[in-house]
Amino acid sequence: MFIDPEKCTGCRICETACSLHHEKVCNPALARIHVAKWETAGLYIPVVCVQCESPICQTVCPVRAINRDEKTGAVQIDYNVCVGCRLCALYCPFAGAQIDAEKGRVLKCDLCGGEPVCAKFCDPKALQFVKATTANMRKQRAAAQRFSELMKKLLSTP
Amino acid sequence: MVWNRKIAYIDLSSGKVVQKPIPKEVRQLYLGGRGVDMYLLYNHLKPKTDPLSPKNVLLVGAGLLGGIPCLGSGRCDIAARSPLTGAVGDSNVGGFFAPELRLAGFDNLVISGRAEKPVYLWIEDGEITVKDASYLWGKDTFETQTLIRDDHDDQDLKCLVIGVAGENLVRFANIRTGMKNSAGRTGMGAVMGSKNLKAIAVRGTKSLEFAHPEELLDYCKEMNEMIMNTRWAKAQSRWGTMIIYSNTNTTGLIRTKNFQLNRLEEGQDLEPENIDRYSFGTAGCYGCVVHCRHRYVLREGPYAPIYGEGPEYTSLGAFGTMVDCKKMETILVANHLVNKYGLDTLETGGLIAWAMELYEKGILDQKQTDGLKLEWGDENVVFELIRQIATREGFGNLLADGFRNAIAKIGKGSEYYAIEIKGMSNLHSDERPTPSFALGIATATRGADHLRSRPAIDMYGLPEELLREVYEGPVASDYTSYEGKSRMVWWQELLYAITDSIGICKFQTVFCALHAPKWDEFSKLIRLATGMEFSKAQLMETGERIYTLERLFNMREGFTRKDDALPERYFKEPTPIGLPIAQGKKIDKEQFERMLNEYYALHKWDQNGEPRKETIERLRLDKEPTHMI
Repeated sequence: MFIDPEKCTGCRICETACSLHHEKVCNPALARIHVAKWETAGLYIPVVCVQCESPICQTVCPVRAINRDEKTGAVQIDYNVCVGCRLCALYCPFAGAQIDAEKGRVLKCDLCGGEPVCAKFCDPKALQFVKATTANMRKQRAAAQRFSELMKKLLSTP
Repeated sequence: MVWNRKIAYIDLSSGKVVQKPIPKEVRQLYLGGRGVDMYLLYNHLKPKTDPLSPKNVLLVGAGLLGGIPCLGSGRCDIAARSPLTGAVGDSNVGGFFAPELRLAGFDNLVISGRAEKPVYLWIEDGEITVKDASYLWGKDTFETQTLIRDDHDDQDLKCLVIGVAGENLVRFANIRTGMKNSAGRTGMGAVMGSKNLKAIAVRGTKSLEFAHPEELLDYCKEMNEMIMNTRWAKAQSRWGTMIIYSNTNTTGLIRTKNFQLNRLEEGQDLEPENIDRYSFGTAGCYGCVVHCRHRYVLREGPYAPIYGEGPEYTSLGAFGTMVDCKKMETILVANHLVNKYGLDTLETGGLIAWAMELYEKGILDQKQTDGLKLEWGDENVVFELIRQIATREGFGNLLADGFRNAIAKIGKGSEYYAIEIKGMSNLHSDERPTPSFALGIATATRGADHLRSRPAIDMYGLPEELLREVYEGPVASDYTSYEGKSRMVWWQELLYAITDSIGICKFQTVFCALHAPKWDEFSKLIRLATGMEFSKAQLMETGERIYTLERLFNMREGFTRKDDALPERYFKEPTPIGLPIAQGKKIDKEQFERMLNEYYALHKWDQNGEPRKETIERLRLDKEPTHMI
């Protein structure tokens, strides 16, 4: 999942679509993704599990309920094994796991089995589910463009 | 489920709160949002109630589809009897408030009475409490929201707030939520202020269930794609509603210097591209892929630093063309100021432009304006008047009561220059070349109002076969024609009544694109979300019901055919400049009256504009008030 906060328009469609897909209801409190907002500054940042290479949630899980799905790359909770201690939610530095206040379980992005609904719904493309190489190249192009704009400015300054 | 969302009656005089379910019949007849608000207004208000008395009711209603991930489904409808016009007071606002209200368990609030001291309502997961707001009184609309969020230690709660203008009962004060969204028109902020109600804050975590959630999710995706496939939505995504200026100012469809010219010469700086100097991106309301507002920063000047959102095309006119100001920065500052004080941008600009023309004509002099020289193009006069109106100081105090009261005080033929209908200012659009627009502002139930019917699609000159198919009757392709335009207005009135009731954004239906979602798509969305079946014909009838009920409300308050009128200048003064299609145009009185007759006939009202007995019966309005809720 490639997150580009600069493109986020704060519409929260990702939250609603996520909860509608996973829980069959509209309720941002049950969504696996949340748009953190600093409204008076116009800053919107989508917060969602980043599927770490060495997941801290997996490390701290005392019952080894968290494992990576090799096919999708998603770090997933096996609810049959999970005892609901919520250590994963406590230790994740990216707030990638949330607590469901109603049922007590932990909610975490599972990449919707390989086709994340949030990315599909994100029209401004703040959320994109793309290959790492694609994401790299896009970032490189964006950086190069900034550089070329800077060069233009420098060259046009007498 | 929509069926377990409640209505809450809050009496601020006694502090009593009563919660009730909303019967299915109310939904079937009025859907939600504006429809249910109009039902409540007709039922809960005694005729001729003083709008600023405790007896007026302030109604807040979430749309029937509020919360779904498409078409800007976060619209909230706020209604009361208008302190500006005495007619239907009603304003529809986007943002994030309505979905949060639903998540907290409520669809409708009926607020009556008057609190002894300033209060705010705190709504959280089914509970409503009245809280002290003394410390918020006097704060602007931004500070108020920040303070409430900080107090509850929750940055995600949503508020409806008033600013200083609402506290001071300025008759066109608005109600605001977030940085940008305003329930702008008809002075709902003054009604809120008259109740000593500074804010309504809400936080909810109750799931909203749907009849067919999986299909609904897929269909929402389809709807978002449908709207983004229109060129209008694409253009709006990039430039916001300011994009309209490029067309209208080139053509000559923009009121300039109040109503003296119809385009702003040397108005290049107001072209939408110039917002890029200040914008760092756009923002969307809840559930919206169009994201039509800019997030802008103004780093220099006496009011800097400003972070603001917008501005709308409306503000471009209100503080640009109408007052002959030609700088984008003027718009950005003025937009920020009206938002901060909680004033309707359109009404404020309309009144200032009018006062400037009166000053030019010698009807107003410096003695009456407390020394202010109301000269065209002076941005500092505009900024100062915004402040004076909101704080009711000096000359601003005269304007703070709206056109009709100001006219009564100024006299001397000042009414001729007032571009208002039923006491409410018109947008800065010049409708003389476009009879459909002119009819729409004349008939709108809340005063000169482009959002009750504006068939913006008329500007496109679409093929007549296509127009016939959509409007189900003959409509001329030429926007300067009078033929079929009554049908266009009638049809759009019904469509927008439904749009406002299901709680989606008007820009995501037939506003500027014929192939945008409309009746059939709405029917399907309603079925998937609620399980209720509505055919296209039934939805249109529901639109008729809502609009006719508004008409009955206005009749009860003394409005008749004579109030469905245009300002005299529309008939007397031809447009002086513009492209050939727009130049030398005025509205023909006879043709206008003919359009009005046709329009009444389409609504099945009589030639006095009164709904016929059989119409009232067919729409099941004959037993109103029925007090179902």
